[in-house]
Amino acid sequence: MTPADPAEIWTYLRQDPLLWLTATLVAYSLGDLAFRRSGRRPLVNPVLVAVALLAVLLRVTGTPYERYFDGAQFVHFMLGPATVALAVPLYANLRLIRSAFWPMLAALAAGSVTALVTAVGIGAAFGLRGETLLSLAPKSVTAPVALGVSETIGGAPNLTAVLVIITGITGAVVATPLLNLFRIRDWRARGLAVGVAAHGIGTARAFQVNETAGAFAGIGMGLNALLTALIAPLLAPWLVALLTG
Amino acid sequence: MIVNLVVLLACQLSGEVAARGLGLPVPGPVIGMALLFAALVLRPKLAERIAPTTSGLLAHLSLLFVPAGVGVVGHLDTLGRDGVALIAALLLSTVAAILAGVWVFLAVARLTGASE
Repeated sequence: MTPADPAEIWTYLRQDPLLWLTATLVAYSLGDLAFRRSGRRPLVNPVLVAVALLAVLLRVTGTPYERYFDGAQFVHFMLGPATVALAVPLYANLRLIRSAFWPMLAALAAGSVTALVTAVGIGAAFGLRGETLLSLAPKSVTAPVALGVSETIGGAPNLTAVLVIITGITGAVVATPLLNLFRIRDWRARGLAVGVAAHGIGTARAFQVNETAGAFAGIGMGLNALLTALIAPLLAPWLVALLTG
Repeated sequence: MIVNLVVLLACQLSGEVAARGLGLPVPGPVIGMALLFAALVLRPKLAERIAPTTSGLLAHLSLLFVPAGVGVVGHLDTLGRDGVALIAALLLSTVAAILAGVWVFLAVARLTGASE
């Protein structure tokens, strides 16, 4: 075999899922390294760093997202099995969860309603209207449910998809400093609240901090998906009409 | 390892079938989580068996959101002229929801004697 010139190798690589799968793992490893090196500063969130690195890389190489996703889909696919896997910490913490049944239920209701009402309320106060405002309503819920809810209530699902991810990253970044500021030391409360407010990305962050917090965050995320799917279609259109009508 | 993955995928698959078949408002993997949880309650030995796989997966849960995050960067223009208002609403609302959640949790825990 004669050696190929670099341009040819690049042409081959950019078509190959292997390149973007590897790039995703490398970017995340660098993000994780930066997070540790920074003394675990919340703003140096590994997801945030990895996303920024990859976005720049795609821009510089002129790679469309679809081509990137051909490789990255293998990582993305694991979200499903990982969600199922949340049952294990749930089961391991069963005694703790059972003893906290009422606080959990109350915090779920409070967090879920606050997330929806404040998102729509603050959005309306900033001059948002109609479809845009409705797209904000399910922003704290895990993406597949949020998209369904957005469509049901008359929002724009693609806008909701973007808002959901930004909410997750926001929750993952602010949770630790915010809760430390208010001296909240109960891992159950911290985890549950973050899972309700910032779905899977918040849950992922909770697992990095504390295993009990992670287990409670997983429950918060799962139950909020169910609760928001039930209450948003009743609450959101009414609230939007009330605030902007 | 393979058997453990089969357990996870089988739960997810059953969850997807149930979600679609019954028209449930919850995604398949969340129902899969409930199914695996039920399986663990029925067969506690399963927990020890799959724990190495699941804790490995959950330790790197953040990584799994990276592809979706990269997708969002390309769609930031969907925020359009409302970008600042949307981000402000997201930020304040997320802070409010987290605080409402923890405070209500702690208050009810105190009332029901479930404090740590």
